[in-house]
Amino acid sequence: MVTAKISCKKLNAWFGKVHSVRSLDLDIRPHEIFGIIGPANSGKTTFLRTLNRMNDLDLHFRMDGEVLLDGQNIYADMTAEALRSKVGMVFAMPMPLPMSVFDNVAYGPRMHGMRDRKKLAEIVERSLQEAFLWEEVKDRLGMSGMKLSGGQQQRLCIARTLALSPDVILFDEPCSGLDPISTAKVEEAMLILKKEYTIILVTNNIKQAARVSGRTAFFLMGELIELDATEKIFTAPKDKRTEDYILGRFG
Amino acid sequence: MDRTLRRTKEFIVEGLIFLSGITSILFVVLIFVFLLKEGLSLFKEYPAGQFLFGTGWYPISEPPRFGIVPLVCGSLIVTVGAIMIAVPVSVAAALYISELAPVKIKDFLKAGIEMLAAIPSVVLGFIGMVTLVPFVRSFFHIPTGLTALSGSIMLAFMAMPTIITIAEDAINAVPKPYKEGALALGATRWQMMYKIVLVAASPGIIAAIMLGIGRVIGETMAVMMITGNSAVIPHSFLQPVRTMTATIASEMGETVYGSEHYFALFALGIVLFIITFIINFIADLFLHRKKI
Amino acid sequence: MSRRAHISQKIAFSLLFLSTVFVVIPVVAILVFIVKNGVGAISWEFLTSYPRAGMKQGGIFPAIVGTFYLVFGAIAVSLPIGVLAAIYLNEYAKDTLLTRTIKLAIVNLAGVPSVVYGLFGLGLFVVFLKFGTSIVAGSLTLAIMGLPVIITTSKEALSSVPKQFREVSLSLGATRWQTVRHVVLPNAISGILTGAILSIARAAGEAAPILFTVAAFYLPKLPRSVFDQAMALPYHLYIISTQIPNISKQTQYGTALVLVGLVFILNLVAIVIRSRFRKKKKW
Repeated sequence: MVTAKISCKKLNAWFGKVHSVRSLDLDIRPHEIFGIIGPANSGKTTFLRTLNRMNDLDLHFRMDGEVLLDGQNIYADMTAEALRSKVGMVFAMPMPLPMSVFDNVAYGPRMHGMRDRKKLAEIVERSLQEAFLWEEVKDRLGMSGMKLSGGQQQRLCIARTLALSPDVILFDEPCSGLDPISTAKVEEAMLILKKEYTIILVTNNIKQAARVSGRTAFFLMGELIELDATEKIFTAPKDKRTEDYILGRFG
Repeated sequence: MDRTLRRTKEFIVEGLIFLSGITSILFVVLIFVFLLKEGLSLFKEYPAGQFLFGTGWYPISEPPRFGIVPLVCGSLIVTVGAIMIAVPVSVAAALYISELAPVKIKDFLKAGIEMLAAIPSVVLGFIGMVTLVPFVRSFFHIPTGLTALSGSIMLAFMAMPTIITIAEDAINAVPKPYKEGALALGATRWQMMYKIVLVAASPGIIAAIMLGIGRVIGETMAVMMITGNSAVIPHSFLQPVRTMTATIASEMGETVYGSEHYFALFALGIVLFIITFIINFIADLFLHRKKI
Repeated sequence: MSRRAHISQKIAFSLLFLSTVFVVIPVVAILVFIVKNGVGAISWEFLTSYPRAGMKQGGIFPAIVGTFYLVFGAIAVSLPIGVLAAIYLNEYAKDTLLTRTIKLAIVNLAGVPSVVYGLFGLGLFVVFLKFGTSIVAGSLTLAIMGLPVIITTSKEALSSVPKQFREVSLSLGATRWQTVRHVVLPNAISGILTGAILSIARAAGEAAPILFTVAAFYLPKLPRSVFDQAMALPYHLYIISTQIPNISKQTQYGTALVLVGLVFILNLVAIVIRSRFRKKKKW
């Protein structure tokens, strides 16, 4: 039995009166790409944002149950800041901060007290290389991150997350705004990153889940319907609803 | 170590942020407390009834009389006049700017209105003294041009920027489908504007008018310079009057600290504060009323 | 569209246009009028010398200096408090009774008549705290009066920074204050600056709050400490246009021109900063 990187026990989440995640039990293993698919409003993104406590920002958010990261309760045993430096997030829309490429990547380490210029430069280079962006931007690190193309921006956002050397990276529909070539580059990056990191990928693109994730979970109306190795989910789903979704009968 | 230092720093900064956040409440309370502290001292000696309902303001006669009715009437007549001039003009201008003006002219007009709002009240008073006052005098053949009318006209211009800006916001906030719906039913643009836009924007426009009234009642320097400063109950717009604000501003300099007159002016300040508080409160209610 | 409806629309639109002109023309007229009559009075001597002969001659130097002291004293107090208060309201406050009370308090501070601020300054700073009629009493009074403008404009500037920037910063493990300090504030700074300048302009033109807290009729020397009295431009204009008989018109117009010029330049600077900021907005 593999020890879980993240494990959720009886996790429920609400926004106001809307019950977005219903009694969820699941484990995420180290160094896997864990895909989550499901139609709109199925609770995938809510679940993802619970894992790094981004939902805390919403006044109407409420939850119960437990989320453990390496056995520690993320709501009780650590601060939100410490959690977020271990569990990074890449958002759906590429959203560089309005500052230079370098400063974007260095932002996280700086906020955690890193001042040493040399170390920062090393971190920036390593992170950009891991995100397959270094070659394209190494001569213009001082340029505003907002001047990059959409695909480059998204890889910058990945690099920014990597700069903190997280354990887990959450991808929230990271390719929904990208063209096919940029999407391919981001997916390629993910496949290499899983050697070092644990990746959770929420996607609306079923084929993307099929291409990159090792295991895939199907969410519907806030419930986990089915979770299995990706090829099983896509070739022999046990639940009728999973099959319907994959075959494009709804959602 | 570094981490705890940072935490402490942040704790202090966030404490300061919170304290600054509540200073506004503190200041409103302080203003009220200090007005009360000084103003209520008047009523140890002088009956409140005579203060509120007395018809004579003779602070240096013997015995002094502090009846504020003429001052309230002075403020009232100047305000009514100013609002009668300012409201139609301002609402029309707000309609023009938000619905009709071409983009470039719009920016120019808005800058102009901001400039009007920026002219210091004492300058407007001075301009009124040298232009409007002689004009009123010769136009109506009266002995002095320092009248309620002059004050109303000048104050109208001071209220206009407030009313226009807020009314324009309200008009802009009318949902587009309302307007398009009216036009689709064959209304002319003008019919659409006064039947739909004005009605839908009316809470905001009322708020704008309230704030305009608040601005006019509280205005001091200009009224003091051009309304003639005569504390009598006015019977027409062509008489000199004296407002509550002008009374405080012109007499406070001559009072002795701790005298009855000094306290009476603070008591007048309380009345003024309460009036503007109520006006602003009503305006705020209309501004934040649930949208239809 | 019927002919009558069409004609009434034409008339109505013309009236709306005329009303707007009616508002804007006086601004231009006042400007032209003051410049035309006042520009002759402006000279190096007028700006840098003391009033003489019962203020009928000489310049307005001490009034200019006094106004600068007052205004910068005021902004030095109100800017930090105002910006922090705006940060509290926009970044920290939840929708509670306290928050609603703060908002109501701001609305009411904005509505308190300037002369009542004068009374308050007299009661609190001059008498109770024993500052006497002094620059510090006047500056503090003007500071409190300027607070609502600074809070409102700063809050607007802060809320125009996209929410996603905050999310990104927080998702990278930054604390709330770090997010405000490194992401929100740098991107709101022009808006905050605009508000600050507008508030300076307003304070420079106010006479009523300083009538009993600081203003001196005439002072033969410059103030040497913040506990001294000072002359100020708006009060000086009031004095020379109402209290001193037979003063030359040109001195009055000249003083008005300096005051209006100061206020307008500040306003123009604010408008320029704001419009440039809007144009180059990066998101």
